[in-house]
Amino acid sequence: MNRQIVKLFGLVVVLFAVLIAFTSYWAVFDAEALKDKRANVRPLLEQQQIKRGRILAADGTVLARSVAKGRGEALRYVRRYPGGSLYGHPIGYSFVRQGDSEFEKYHDDELVGEGSEFGSILDELRGRRQEGNDVVTNIDPEAQRVALTDLEAVGFGAVVAIEPASGRVEVLASNPPFDPNRIPEHSSELNHDPTSPLLDRATQGRYPPGSTFKVVTAAAGLDSGAITPQTTIDAPGTIEVQGQPLSNDFNQDFGPIALDTALTNSVNTWFAQLGEQLGAETMFEYMDAFGFGSTPAIDLPADQVSKSGVFDGDELLGRNDPVDIARVAFGQERLAVTPLQMAEVAAAVANGGKLMRPQIWSRVVDPDGRVSKRLDPSEYSQPIDAETAAELTAAMEGVVNEGTGTNAAIPGIPVAGKTGTAETPFNQTCGGGTEENQAWFIGFAPADDPQIAIAATVECTTAFGNDVAAPIFRDVAETIINE
Amino acid sequence: MRSARNRELAALIPVALLLSAGFAAVFAQENARLGDASLIYGAYFFAVCLATHGYLRLRLPDADPYLFPLVALLTAFGLVMIYRIDEELARDQANWFVLGLVLFALTIQFLRDYDVLERYRYTIAGVGLLLLLAPRLPGIGQQVNGAYLGVKLGPLAFQPAEFSKICIVIFLASYLREHREVLIVGARRVLGLPLPPLKHLGPLLVVWGASMFMLVFIRDLGSSLMFFAAFLALLYVATGRFSFVVIGMALFLLGAWFFASTVPHVHDRVEIWLNPYTDPRESGYQILQSIFAQADGGLFGQGFGQALITIPGTHAPLLPAAQTDTIYSLIVNEVGLFGACGVILIYLLIAARGFKIALLADDGFSKLLATGLTAVFAIQAFVIIGGVTRAIPLTGVTLPFISYGGSSIVANFVLLALLLLISDRARREATAPRGAFALEGA
Repeated sequence: MNRQIVKLFGLVVVLFAVLIAFTSYWAVFDAEALKDKRANVRPLLEQQQIKRGRILAADGTVLARSVAKGRGEALRYVRRYPGGSLYGHPIGYSFVRQGDSEFEKYHDDELVGEGSEFGSILDELRGRRQEGNDVVTNIDPEAQRVALTDLEAVGFGAVVAIEPASGRVEVLASNPPFDPNRIPEHSSELNHDPTSPLLDRATQGRYPPGSTFKVVTAAAGLDSGAITPQTTIDAPGTIEVQGQPLSNDFNQDFGPIALDTALTNSVNTWFAQLGEQLGAETMFEYMDAFGFGSTPAIDLPADQVSKSGVFDGDELLGRNDPVDIARVAFGQERLAVTPLQMAEVAAAVANGGKLMRPQIWSRVVDPDGRVSKRLDPSEYSQPIDAETAAELTAAMEGVVNEGTGTNAAIPGIPVAGKTGTAETPFNQTCGGGTEENQAWFIGFAPADDPQIAIAATVECTTAFGNDVAAPIFRDVAETIINE
Repeated sequence: MRSARNRELAALIPVALLLSAGFAAVFAQENARLGDASLIYGAYFFAVCLATHGYLRLRLPDADPYLFPLVALLTAFGLVMIYRIDEELARDQANWFVLGLVLFALTIQFLRDYDVLERYRYTIAGVGLLLLLAPRLPGIGQQVNGAYLGVKLGPLAFQPAEFSKICIVIFLASYLREHREVLIVGARRVLGLPLPPLKHLGPLLVVWGASMFMLVFIRDLGSSLMFFAAFLALLYVATGRFSFVVIGMALFLLGAWFFASTVPHVHDRVEIWLNPYTDPRESGYQILQSIFAQADGGLFGQGFGQALITIPGTHAPLLPAAQTDTIYSLIVNEVGLFGACGVILIYLLIAARGFKIALLADDGFSKLLATGLTAVFAIQAFVIIGGVTRAIPLTGVTLPFISYGGSSIVANFVLLALLLLISDRARREATAPRGAFALEGA
């Protein structure tokens, strides 16, 4: 019988090996997939037990914090947003059931304190619960409030304000806003709201830029050497491009004019000819350098920022695609841009041609109050040189002083800017009316020592850029400069 | 020949250390919740183990030196895990541990000459079957999760299947010892397969019928599987005919398949096993939470006292039946794949020692009894660990010596006592001069 007993033991060994194989599969090989299963609430429950760090405004105002509920084993933390809808964008939300979004999502690792593996092992040895870091942002609460209040007075839209020298994002407002505190109870309602309050229009909204894009064309013309500030181009009331007539407002004939007059009066035929002269190759080269065609380098989740550029439906077109570059040059064709992108254009011109990476965060503070990480401003690109930037600034000052953007003027402070009014008739999001425009203003102030670069846009308005967008620029810039 | 006991004593020392470390870890983690006296438990446990060791020194000086330390290790580990779930439960378990050792000692005291078991084999088989039936008897039977597993006699509640398995193994060992020759010699070939003669096949078909009966009326798929597998193991060892095993397995699968497609309870168990995600909140909840808990364990686990067992802030179970059915998942969660492999290794070592005893034993009954007891023990561990790891359908069988439960602890200590009794005799005879003793069996 002994032979059989040994064989039986062999079978037991095999059976137990099967058990080890199954355990290995669940505990190690399939573990990640199991953690993603909808039926698995363990990862969420564990998350809930971590005290997430606070998110603070530049002046220390608390934008998000975690409050404890229950005690002992039942202790869990729930997110609170004291600022309500004012900071819904760009802060976003973080809840166990509904997930997270925007700034909360992008900075999740810092906020839950998963900075260093070594640190958390030490904490575990000391028997300390994992605790998150605070993240301080560059958001300026007063300017954010001004931006949102102004927007709410005129319509849906967005405002982005960036400190040109550093890329610090001080305002990122989107109207309609949403209150992150409502997410746990009303997420379905907010998701199905036809006005899309959860859409961050500042970074995800893609709008026709209208004449604000002429700043890019002018930059390309000057920097490539195709024109100088003195070069004149004949600008008749109407020209024909690709078999279609292309006109100035009211068909106004300007005759031979240089850049400052063309920009001040936003002359379409002038910029169309410059665009044709530059060609698609050069135009796309400069657009790319300003950040068009790329995912914005801001600290927000990649799926919550949109690229800007020329689109065929959802497909981004490049320099080799059939594009009517003359119409691109003054902001028409199938150009679609985010307010963030246009603020970056203004910031690059303001910063002597250097585009800094736009960043919402400023520093990370660990639970002991030490700054563990600090924003180190970095250059994204240099689309134009300092001389071009200075020449362009002078022309943009003309827009505010005597041109189409006079409502952006701040008493005693030189302002450089550009208006834009793109016609968006039959736009379904605006109700399909024929008179709706996308109104814009981009610019910076003070023009001689730029502290802030801003893009403001209002959608579905019958008004022009100077009427609704320029005043927002003025109010926000004034608030920031006077602080 | 006292060196066996010295080795046993030496082996108990790492057990004590491990136990103290385990209690200390849980205590350090949960000192806010648990009472101060908790560290005394370690010392108390060790003292009980030493007393048992002293008793073995007196009564069974030549018995296998490693079985008791291995079992003590499992019990200690189980106590730490249960203590970590609930202090009250751990206190119960500790009491049952002591009760188990008392029965262990009584078994050794009164069954020194365990051959008497052979004489009463039909009585024992009857008791075993009665125990199996008891949960269905009106008045005392109890239904748990759709299965009739428990019996309640006044204040005393227990799971008779745990004791029944020992009775059935004793009967089978005795029956097969007597009939193995006829089963082998009288076999006739039918369709190329050697079949035992019909009149000897009868009792075996009765065993098959009993396990099918359990499947349908007791609704205990786990015990049914365990009993039948132990039966096949014994049949194979007794006859050396693998074909009998194949026939037996085919019969079991046929029966299981038939009942799985006709009896809703069995059908559900199989359905949940194959498609747990169909109803993840109700029927599939336990098995899914069991593997989710393992997924959180990873290689090294989250540490003692770290696993989530209930949903924080509520009493809703996150790992249902953590102290009994799914305790293995809790172990994987807290000590990881490595810890779980350690536990499986201990079961494997116990099985190895058990089969070693069977190899050393001289007479057929001792051999078959040791084989049967070891097999039923190993298969029980396989059935429940396989269940919670989704290798086989999940059934409510306890993890021997680790799961919370008095019947399980006490019955398994009786099983251990029998193994040590066989071992003591076998090892004494192996060292004694050969001759008079070696005639029987072979």
